[in-house]
Amino acid sequence: MADKKGPETWQEINPGCMVFIPGNAREYHTGSWRAQRPVYDNSKCIKCGICYIFCPEGCISQDAEGYFVADLDYCKGCGICAHECWPGAITMVEEG
Amino acid sequence: MSIVESFDLYAPRLVDKGEYFSAGHRACQGCGEALAVRLMCKALGKDTVIANATGCMEVISSMYPTTAWKLPWIHVAFPNAASVGSGVEAGLKVLRRKGRIADRDVKTVCIGGDGGTVDIGFQALSGAMERGHNLLYVCFDNEAYMNTGIQRSGATPFGASTTTDPAGLASFGKKAWKKNVAEIMVAHNVPYVATACHSYPLDFMNKVKKARKIKGPSYIHCLSVCPTGWRLPPEQCIKAGRMAVQTGVFPLYEVEDGKYRITVEIPKKLRPVEDYIKIQGRFRHLAEDEIKTFQERVTQEVNKLLDKVNCLHSWSDLKE
Amino acid sequence: MAKRIGMEIALAAAEAAALCNLDVVAAYPITPNTHIPEHLSDIVADGRIDAEFICVESEHSALSACCGASATGARTFTATSSQGLLFMGEIMPIVSAMRLPVVMAIGNRALSGPINIWNDHSDIMSQRDTGWISLFAADGQEVIDMIIQAFKIAEHREVMLPVNLNLDGFQLTHVVEPMLFPDQQEVDEFLPVYKPYAALHPDHVVSMGTLGAPDIFSEAMKAKDEALINSKKIIVQVWKEWEEKFGRTYEPIEAYKTEGAEVILVTMGSMGDTAEVAVDELRKRKMPAGLLRLKLWRPFPSEELRKAVKGAKVLAVMDRAISFGSASGPLGAETRASLYGEADCPVVVNDIIGLGGRDVTVGDFIQIIETAAQAKKGKPERGYEIYGVRGS
Repeated sequence: MADKKGPETWQEINPGCMVFIPGNAREYHTGSWRAQRPVYDNSKCIKCGICYIFCPEGCISQDAEGYFVADLDYCKGCGICAHECWPGAITMVEEG
Repeated sequence: MSIVESFDLYAPRLVDKGEYFSAGHRACQGCGEALAVRLMCKALGKDTVIANATGCMEVISSMYPTTAWKLPWIHVAFPNAASVGSGVEAGLKVLRRKGRIADRDVKTVCIGGDGGTVDIGFQALSGAMERGHNLLYVCFDNEAYMNTGIQRSGATPFGASTTTDPAGLASFGKKAWKKNVAEIMVAHNVPYVATACHSYPLDFMNKVKKARKIKGPSYIHCLSVCPTGWRLPPEQCIKAGRMAVQTGVFPLYEVEDGKYRITVEIPKKLRPVEDYIKIQGRFRHLAEDEIKTFQERVTQEVNKLLDKVNCLHSWSDLKE
Repeated sequence: MAKRIGMEIALAAAEAAALCNLDVVAAYPITPNTHIPEHLSDIVADGRIDAEFICVESEHSALSACCGASATGARTFTATSSQGLLFMGEIMPIVSAMRLPVVMAIGNRALSGPINIWNDHSDIMSQRDTGWISLFAADGQEVIDMIIQAFKIAEHREVMLPVNLNLDGFQLTHVVEPMLFPDQQEVDEFLPVYKPYAALHPDHVVSMGTLGAPDIFSEAMKAKDEALINSKKIIVQVWKEWEEKFGRTYEPIEAYKTEGAEVILVTMGSMGDTAEVAVDELRKRKMPAGLLRLKLWRPFPSEELRKAVKGAKVLAVMDRAISFGSASGPLGAETRASLYGEADCPVVVNDIIGLGGRDVTVGDFIQIIETAAQAKKGKPERGYEIYGVRGS
């Protein structure tokens, strides 16, 4: 998990606590929350993209061959992708 | 497990790939609302400014010094998404007119939870809609004040147990019916009003795209499943939303210029409400007669809606 | 060239705001400041200025809409009083925390309980700690001048804080006075087009109004406090520029006949004009009385106060608001705190006067000063007295 690097002194706080780096929430790796992770069986995958569309983190993307893969830095292990994958290509496996 | 319409199987690959709500946000696992926000942002595109009420989405996405937002975003307080949005819309309008910002359309979108929309934010919403600002208001309805710990809201459904209206030995939870804000918006003469749910992502995204094009006010009420607050396992998030639609508890429709249209077909024989209720811990306590009351009222509300679909004309047709 | 016009001061306030290249006004009417938004809406409806006037449905929405508009980079103005100010109270500290340069005119009116529409300072006193710059006008000319100055101060890159200008309800808002209006060109030279530090637009994406967890909150508060404290030097600088351009002087504390004064009256707002007459009268009677009129309430000008009271034996501090059950009225408290520990600190007497629109006359001030002159150091029974209240 990436360490949260906050500002040190009051002079470093942006005026109004504004944040000028869009999407820098990515510095925080929510993957550390997981108790289980998705495992893909590409032989069953039909590349429909349902897992990608239903991921609340938006951390599923397509690889070069068009199969889908979850970014484990952010995957919280909610299991929605496995539950919705109708060919059953995704299984949730407990984190060791 | 129910099978998604075949079109939906292939269409997700065709959806706009841009992500404007980044990962790293601190929503619960399986948060339906975070998913809904992510989908809405995809449909809106980059020429958008978001005015966000205090609530789950605001808190999980903007812990200083980080932000999950890749769109211009402002949060001020709890009851004022619509009034802050009114100011943003007016500011962008006048600055564009005076040539101080680029001469292109930037849509103002206000978002709030059911708390910030249906209850404490209701006045601001009503005022903004009455004034007719060019803004889209999307209510992400997880049916309670979830961010502060699952307290009852006006959008909490009948029979649900919340921490301020709990089921106990002398009460079965909320006795009042869910406040129907979409209908209230139609009464405000809003040219485009719709209900949506993240479990029907393309339907939702199409509605957002349609609303975005309206030159005036528009409103979308998006049912957002909260596994934490509704007390169901996170992986059933999408399923719960689907069931809400299939049982008629939350029908998906749109009202364009006063004309009602169902957008996701309501089955002729509604799925029994009990199927929906029994997968959620917040309804676990309901007795048979309470479920019967719930079922009767759901059927009645669906019939009321179908009545409007069949009988009401578009406002333009009623000019003579 | 400036024109001298007789006009109701509330209307003049609207005219002054209209001179400032306003972009958005979002205001809700409340007596006694209603004439300000009404007249501004007339000006917009006639096309005299190109601005958006949002007829919001409440004061809470008024200040919220001002936040939204200011955040896009629009120059924003609103006006309110009393209960309206309280209703926007939730948003008040947020505007300053978000560093949005909103300007607000407050027609000071008593807070309810019982409901009272007449003048006192209890409304702005309830918002003391919200981090806004607070100015007090004593007459119509100051209202016009200070509204224009307020925008320049608020938008200055080293300030970036909202400003409220306080004008006594009815005593100023509904009074007709002859005033000099600068012309549009002079105002344009003084007040450039607003260039925001950050603005909501897809071409430069920013998140405003983020969540401040305990690990950064104290630092954020310190940053806001420093901004307010340091704004004083910009305020003084803007006032110097104003004097150079328009010939009218503004200082944080204006002294009147304080040389050799033994008893000094301290006031804020329009009561200062009446106090001036009382001081003149007492000086005629060879009584060494003087007057200090504060124009700057926040950031509080402690340094200037300490300098201004040197040599005085007694300060009679006039508060037009009461802080129930406290040791001092609001201005009394600031005065005492500023002077604490000073060698030869004068006796500070604190009177609460003119609550809920009760008139304070020249005779009242004379009596107050004469009584104050008898005050001795020591422990008074109460830190303040409500002057003129019937019953013992």
